[in-house]
Amino acid sequence: MKIVVLIKQVPDTAEERILDPATGRLDREASDAVIDEITERALELALSVKDGDKSTEVVVATMGPKEALKSIRKALSMGADSGIHVLDDGLAGADLVVTASVLAAALRDTGADLFIAGNESTDGRAGMLPAMIAEHLGLPLLGSLVAADISAQSVSGQRATEAGTQDVSAAYPAIVTVTERFAEARFPNFKGILGAKRKPVSTLSAAELGDTGQISSSVLEVSQRPPRTAGAKITDDGNAAAQLVDFLASRRLI
Amino acid sequence: MANILALVELTHTGHLAPSARGLLAVAARLGTPVAVTATAEPLGPETVAQLAELGAAHIHAAQFPAANSTLITPLVDALADAVGAHAPAAVLIAASTDGREAAGRLAVRTGGGLLADVVDVRMAEDSIVTEHSVFGGNYTVDAQVSGALPIITLRSGAIDEAGAPAAGELLEVTPAPSSTTNATIESFADVPEESSRPELRGASTVVSGGRGLGSAENFSLVEQLADALGGAVGASRAAVDAGYIAQNAQVGQTGVSVSPQLYIALGISGAIQHRAGMQTAKTIVAINKDEDAPIFEIADLGIVGDVFTLVPQVIELLKART
Ligand SMILES: Cc1cc2nc3c(=O)[nH]c(=O)nc-3n(C[C@H](O)[C@H](O)[C@H](O)COP(=O)(O)OP(=O)(O)OC[C@H]3O[C@@H](n4cnc5c(N)ncnc54)[C@H](O)[C@@H]3O)c2cc1C
Ligand SMILES: Nc1ncnc2c1ncn2[C@@H]1O[C@H](COP(=O)(O)O)[C@@H](O)[C@H]1O
Repeated sequence: MKIVVLIKQVPDTAEERILDPATGRLDREASDAVIDEITERALELALSVKDGDKSTEVVVATMGPKEALKSIRKALSMGADSGIHVLDDGLAGADLVVTASVLAAALRDTGADLFIAGNESTDGRAGMLPAMIAEHLGLPLLGSLVAADISAQSVSGQRATEAGTQDVSAAYPAIVTVTERFAEARFPNFKGILGAKRKPVSTLSAAELGDTGQISSSVLEVSQRPPRTAGAKITDDGNAAAQLVDFLASRRLI
Repeated sequence: MANILALVELTHTGHLAPSARGLLAVAARLGTPVAVTATAEPLGPETVAQLAELGAAHIHAAQFPAANSTLITPLVDALADAVGAHAPAAVLIAASTDGREAAGRLAVRTGGGLLADVVDVRMAEDSIVTEHSVFGGNYTVDAQVSGALPIITLRSGAIDEAGAPAAGELLEVTPAPSSTTNATIESFADVPEESSRPELRGASTVVSGGRGLGSAENFSLVEQLADALGGAVGASRAAVDAGYIAQNAQVGQTGVSVSPQLYIALGISGAIQHRAGMQTAKTIVAINKDEDAPIFEIADLGIVGDVFTLVPQVIELLKART
C-alpha cells in the first residue's frame, strides 16, 4: 500500500505567534517552525501501518517555504520513505483555494491508496484543505477521526462530530484526517537521522502544476488585542472561598 | 435584496443543530435568508415552522434517499443546487465538523472563495466583510472575498443573535447526487442530551478542570461548581487525554474557543495552548496550588490553594446565598 501524509510546517504553538500588521501574514522570523503536531500524529498512523507491513510505502508531502524542507527531513528521519515539496515564492500568501488546487495537482499522480492529513492546522484552523483536495481528486473523505482501521481492502474509523460519533468507511483510494486523539509521534532515532539524508525529496514549482486558480480572499485590516494583565493573587488561609464568592458578587457574576 | 444561503444541519434524528439560529440571523443582516437542508425524508412541518421562526424567508429542502448513510456529499449537492437556483451573494455554514468539510468541497465545486472560522460578519459599502479572531484571540483580522462567491464558515457560539421570523416558504427539490465516490456512514452514537447544562460554545459561565483534578471521579467537582453557577463544563487537553471527561469539552488551541463572562480554571496550569481558547473571557478566576502556575498571569482573581478544599466550600457558600 502507498500512503501519502500531508504534513504542514507551522509556528510553534508554545511561543507567541506574530502577524505582520500590514499584510496579515505570519511573521516567520518571530517563532520557531515545527511540524504541526496533528500532522505528526498523521505520520505516526502511516508509520504504524508500515510497522505491520514492511511493503507499505510512506510519502510525506507539503507546500511551504524553503525552511519546510527541515520538516520533510524530520519526517524522513522518523521513517517516511520519500518527500514531495511544493516550493514556489509565487505561492507566498496563497489562500485556501489556491493551496488546495496546488496540493491536489501535486498529489493527483502519486498513485496513493490512502492520503492522511490533520483535521485542522494550528495556525489556520480552517479544517478545510483535505475536503477540498478530496473534491478536486474525486475521493471519499473520512474526516476528523478519533480511531482508524486501515485494512488491505478499505479504511474505516470513528468520526467525532458535535452531535456524537459515527462509524464510517470508504474504499481506496481515500483521504482520512486524524484528530489529536491519535497516538503521539515517535522520535527519530540515530539510524533514522543518518538515513534521512539519502532519501529522495522531489521539489515541484507552481508552474509545473498547471493552472491552479486565483487568490480571491484578502486581508483588509489586522489589529492586535492588548495583552491581558494579572489581577489579584491571594493564598488560601481558610478565607479564600469567601473572597472568591465576594469577588463574583462584586462583579455581578452571581 | 440579495439571497444569502445558510446551511442548516439536522441530526440523523431530525433535530436542528444549535448553529441554525446564528446562521439565519447573520443571513438576515446581509440579505434574504434562504435555509438549505439535505435530508432523506421530507422536512417535517415542525422543522419548517422552526426555520420560519428563526428567520428563513425560503427553505431549499433537498431530498436524497441516501442522505443518512452518505457522509457530507449530500450537504454539498444540496448547497450546489441552491447556489444554482438562488444566485446568492454569500453562503453561510457553521464551522462544525460537517460544515467545514461541506464548505471546502462547495468552494472547489463552485469556484467560490473561502472565509474560515469567522466570528462576525458585516456589510461595508456593498461588500461583505468578515472578522476573524486569530492566534488565540491575540489578533483581530478583517477579510473579504472579491471576484468569487464568498463561502463563510461561522465559529459556533460567536453570534448570539436571533433573526426576526419570516415566511419560511418551502421549496422541495430532488437534485441528482454528484458522482463523487462517497464515504459511508455505518452507524451513529449520539452524545447524551444534557439538557440541564448550557452548551460550552456560547455559554456565559464556563468552569473548566485540568489534570489537577486527578481522576474522573474527582472531576465531578468541576461539574458541581458549574451547576451551582449555571455554567458549562470545560477541560484542559490533559484532563481529556486522561479520560476525566469527553473530548468535546476541551478548551484551547485545538479544542473549543470560548469568550464567556466568567471563566473558572480549576487545577489547570495555563499552558499557552489552553490560554488560546479562553483568554478573551471577560473575567478569569483560577485556583491552582502552584503559585507560579502561568494561569495566574491572566487571572483577574488567582487563588493559590487546593481545589479539593476550596471548591466544596465555594459550592456551600453559593448555596447559602440563594
Ligand atoms: C499543538 C498543541 C495543541 C494543544 N491544544 C491544547 C488545547 O486545545 N487545550 C489544552 O488545554 N491544552 C492543549 N495543549 C496541551 C497544553 O500544552 C498542556 O499540556 C495542557 O493544557 C495541560 O493541561 P493541565 O493544565 O490540565 O495540566 P498540567 O499542566 O499538568 O497542570 C495541572 C495543574 O494542576 C495543579 N494542581 C494539581 N493538583 C491540584 C490541586 N489539588 N489543587 C489545585 N491545583 C492543583 C498543578 O499545580 C498544575 O498547575 C496543546 C499542546 C499542543 C502541543
Ligand atoms: N501547506 C500545506 N502542506 C501540506 N499539507 C497541508 C498544508 N496546509 C494544510 N495541510 C493539511 O491539511 C490539514 C488541515 O489544514 P487546514 O485546512 O489548513 O486547517 C493539515 O493538518 C494538513 O494535514
